[in-house]
Amino acid sequence: MTEFFTALTEQAFLRQALLAGLLASIGCGLIGPFVVVKRIAFLAGGIAHSVLGGMGAALYFGFDPLLGALAAAVVSALLIGWVRLTWHTGEDTAIGALWAIGMAVGILFISRTPGYTTDLMSFLFGNILLVPTRELWFMAALDLLLLLVVGLGYRHFIAVAFDEDFARLRGLPVAALYLLLLVLVALTVVLMIQVVGLILVIALLTLPAAMAGQWTHSITSMMLLATVLGAALTSGGLALSYTPDLPPGPTIILLAGALYLVSAVVSAALRRTPPPRAEG
Amino acid sequence: MTAAGTAPPAISLTGVHFAYGEVPVLQDVSLDVARGEFLGIVGPNAGGKSTLLKLILGLLKPSAGGIRVLGEPPRRARRRIGYVPQYPGFARDFPIGVEDVVLMGRFGLGWRLGPWTKADRSAAAAALDEVEALDLRARQIGTLSGGQLQRVLLARALVGEPQLLILDEPTANIDQRLEGEIFELLAQLNRRLTIVVVSHDIAFISAYVSRVACLNRTLVCHTTDSIDGQIIQDLYGEHVRQIQHDHEHTARASRA
Repeated sequence: MTEFFTALTEQAFLRQALLAGLLASIGCGLIGPFVVVKRIAFLAGGIAHSVLGGMGAALYFGFDPLLGALAAAVVSALLIGWVRLTWHTGEDTAIGALWAIGMAVGILFISRTPGYTTDLMSFLFGNILLVPTRELWFMAALDLLLLLVVGLGYRHFIAVAFDEDFARLRGLPVAALYLLLLVLVALTVVLMIQVVGLILVIALLTLPAAMAGQWTHSITSMMLLATVLGAALTSGGLALSYTPDLPPGPTIILLAGALYLVSAVVSAALRRTPPPRAEG
Repeated sequence: MTAAGTAPPAISLTGVHFAYGEVPVLQDVSLDVARGEFLGIVGPNAGGKSTLLKLILGLLKPSAGGIRVLGEPPRRARRRIGYVPQYPGFARDFPIGVEDVVLMGRFGLGWRLGPWTKADRSAAAAALDEVEALDLRARQIGTLSGGQLQRVLLARALVGEPQLLILDEPTANIDQRLEGEIFELLAQLNRRLTIVVVSHDIAFISAYVSRVACLNRTLVCHTTDSIDGQIIQDLYGEHVRQIQHDHEHTARASRA
């Protein structure tokens, strides 16, 4: 661990990596709680995997893969949302189809692009150690956008997540808010791809928020705790992976998974033996 | 229909038909609810009671007939209706406190971004106070009993400053003593609000409401008189053994 901290002062790329993890944790804290309480983890997984189609196409046509990822994520979020709002059923079939089709499209494009293998691995599993400064700015911009939209509209998002029928009766544009929420999930997925890759995104999106949910009693406190947990997990995973030279993405995810298990067991045990309450 | 100076009826249904696909649910329902009324809608299960409420709320469209609520089409009147559903549409383990649940009723009073205002919070406190549940303000929604939850849902409906209050089986999931308390509360609210309450319990609600409408696919009766055995039999379509309910006693006892 000390080796990591000395390296941190000497190596610019490690500081970049740490910063990338912190930027990703803001997204995971802001949007993760909605994914958890709205139970749309599978949906978020579908968006994450379909992103490969956009990245492959962008690579093939010579665009920035992140822009391709952004476009693919938003398009698949809107597609899945539209399927759910229009037919109310068949949502999971649509997600599964988009999941697989997106990946197939991506892999076909990448196979036609020279020098593809390194790119493919970093798309799938992330490469936090190679985040260029330009992409840090891109991540910061996404964070800012998420903060702005959630900061202004969090009451509305909570209302839709909590009780759609009642929100509709109070005149809220429930369908539009739901689609907007899915687009925010899509942005968060793109934000995290650089850190843990598109296959592992779903863990970073759900585990910190689910852990936070075991210890808090409101969405807003869940957001704060999930952000802190996300920051601790990405930094901790990065530090743990440094000395044995392990890939950071999977290390972060395994750390998150382990902590989630501990948190689940401890919080369940505490709930089974509740402390004496003042009220009757 | 509307004379100058008088408000239109709270609810006006004329010849309303509704079917789910091929299955007719409501046939030729005409009903006027005046402002200030406390109407009870009773009838057997699957008699169309909840469907009628959904039509009034504008969640469903009639296949024929006209509906006006507070003088407007249902969708436009919606925000001036306070609605208490039979089954709350949320998960009981959702991480949210009572105050934030009640605040949900403040949507629809104007479009604003950012956090709730002080005025919203004091309105929520006032609504909780009105339903005698201010002490629940800081509790988690998942820790409430059935009766407590019902009061909180009532506060959520009241905090939106409605002119019309619609309740779907408000006492289906709570015990009889609390049932009386809820209806006492509604009787008080009726001093300033028009109330429509759906119930399967005909004998119980007739002690509180000003009028009963009996619904079984169509309006079977529509009366201000007390309900006798014949009407109940017509409504439920078979012989129903009448039981002397003593809810009124319980209600009185709990007030004492």
